[in-house]
Amino acid sequence: MEFLAPTTWADALAARSEHPGAMPIAGGTDLMVELNFDRHRPEGLLDLTRVPELRDWQRTEDGGVRLGAGVTFARVMTELADLAPGLAMASRTVGSPQIRVRGTVGGNLGSASPAGDAHPVLLAVDAVVEVESVRGSRQVPVAEFFTGVKRSSLEPDELIAAVLLPPVAGPQQFAKIGTRNAMVIAVTSFGLALHGDRRTVGAAIGSAAPTPRHAATAEAFLAAALDEDGLWESRGDLPDATATRFGDLVAADASPIDDVRGTAAYRRHALSVLARRTLGWAWHDYRGEAA
Amino acid sequence: MRVDLTVNGERRQADDVWEGESLLYVLRERLGLPGSKNACEQGECGSCSVYLDGDVVCACLVAAGQAQGRDVMTVEGLATDDVLHPVQTAFLETGAVQCGFCTPGLLVAVHDLLARDPSPDDDTVREALAGNLCRCTGYEKILDAVRLAAERGRG
Ligand SMILES: Cc1cc2nc3c(=O)[nH]c(=O)nc-3n(C[C@H](O)[C@H](O)[C@H](O)COP(=O)(O)OP(=O)(O)OC[C@H]3O[C@@H](n4cnc5c(N)ncnc54)[C@H](O)[C@@H]3O)c2cc1C
Ligand code: FES
Ligand code: FES
Repeated sequence: MEFLAPTTWADALAARSEHPGAMPIAGGTDLMVELNFDRHRPEGLLDLTRVPELRDWQRTEDGGVRLGAGVTFARVMTELADLAPGLAMASRTVGSPQIRVRGTVGGNLGSASPAGDAHPVLLAVDAVVEVESVRGSRQVPVAEFFTGVKRSSLEPDELIAAVLLPPVAGPQQFAKIGTRNAMVIAVTSFGLALHGDRRTVGAAIGSAAPTPRHAATAEAFLAAALDEDGLWESRGDLPDATATRFGDLVAADASPIDDVRGTAAYRRHALSVLARRTLGWAWHDYRGEAA
Repeated sequence: MRVDLTVNGERRQADDVWEGESLLYVLRERLGLPGSKNACEQGECGSCSVYLDGDVVCACLVAAGQAQGRDVMTVEGLATDDVLHPVQTAFLETGAVQCGFCTPGLLVAVHDLLARDPSPDDDTVREALAGNLCRCTGYEKILDAVRLAAERGRG
């Protein structure tokens, strides 16, 4: 086994292309478990923790954020609560302090687990994954990034450079169901963003389909319902029927399975509740914004 | 490969390290520091908690090579000479130690918590220790230990 420890982004890309058998490792919170249990024995490890370009985040010209792939959940929680509220909420629910201080958003994407807690929110805000190889850089909308259970559209010579988050355009929420508060893989999870500026809704589900994905029917329904009732402008009371219907549509947009963590029926039920509840919170925030 | 690192203030060198092994394995099996415990090797229990460049991490999830040139502090580094750290005495006095397997990780985590927040409320303590499992004590005595250590720390 070889251990590659590049100290610049250019060297990391060169190493990725020259040593395709070396697995990238960031916080190691997914990969080291695989190694410790001998479920996986890569030809080498490509350590990304010494690449300064991955560790930082910046404001983008449009007012959004370019989040380096190596930024940890702990930093998202403390530094980005305003610029990436949904992602910060999701980050707070990841594992334990020890996991959050090492685990990265890039690693969450790299693992591409249907249960990855960053994913529903990244979908809801229409984030873009910036990937790069020695051949060049490309921008992949996060909805196209996930291609199957633990599979992504990352090519073998590519690394995740960053995640591009659009400017916050309204309230964002994240909620997850697990057997307890700390240290749980989501039984199911939900991310929501109300884009008041363009009057659209981002809603996405985790752990309830082969990949994290948009709840597209529910998104379209809610945006149209808010339009019809003039609620985007009036910021009036949200009818209970709208919230309930939204929850039901989110559940219908999922295609969950039965597994050790929960049944498909439970997941659908939980999703409808999470969706309705997070919508209530988000709507409360949206009304507060005008005040 | 060879890994050079600072452990508890001393420059240390580990030879013949397998590239896929963890910092925990290096500490226990190559550097003779068995304080950090290996219970789950999957980040769930926190018994391997150590400081890595000032952050409390699960040593079982850090690849050995990622610790190259870094600064590590283990439970063995908490006491000075023969004098236990106040967090350690608080654990002893409150009966927060039964089988002791979780204790080294908890000591490191509590040490870190109190350094950042000298008067944490119970919710803060529970949240900070969410990554450290104990099968024996039921946690009440551990909370007592944290309260006692915090009280003495504020002196
Ligand atoms: C005890 C425990 C609890 C956990 N709880 C949660 C939880 O609540 N929610 C959750 O979502 N996850 C959880 N996880 C999983 C894990 O912490 C996350 O998926 C985390 O985001 C992984 O990030 P990392 O930096 O540690 O990734 P690593 O383990 O270093 O890498 C993960 C994968 O991504 C690849 N990779 C990493 N960086 C890049 C890059 N820049 N470019 C290309 N590929 C890359 C690696 O090759 C590997 O395949 C938990 C893990 C543990 C051990
Ligand atoms: S042995 Fe590292 S967390 Fe359990
Ligand atoms: S004292 Fe036995 S596990 Fe905590």
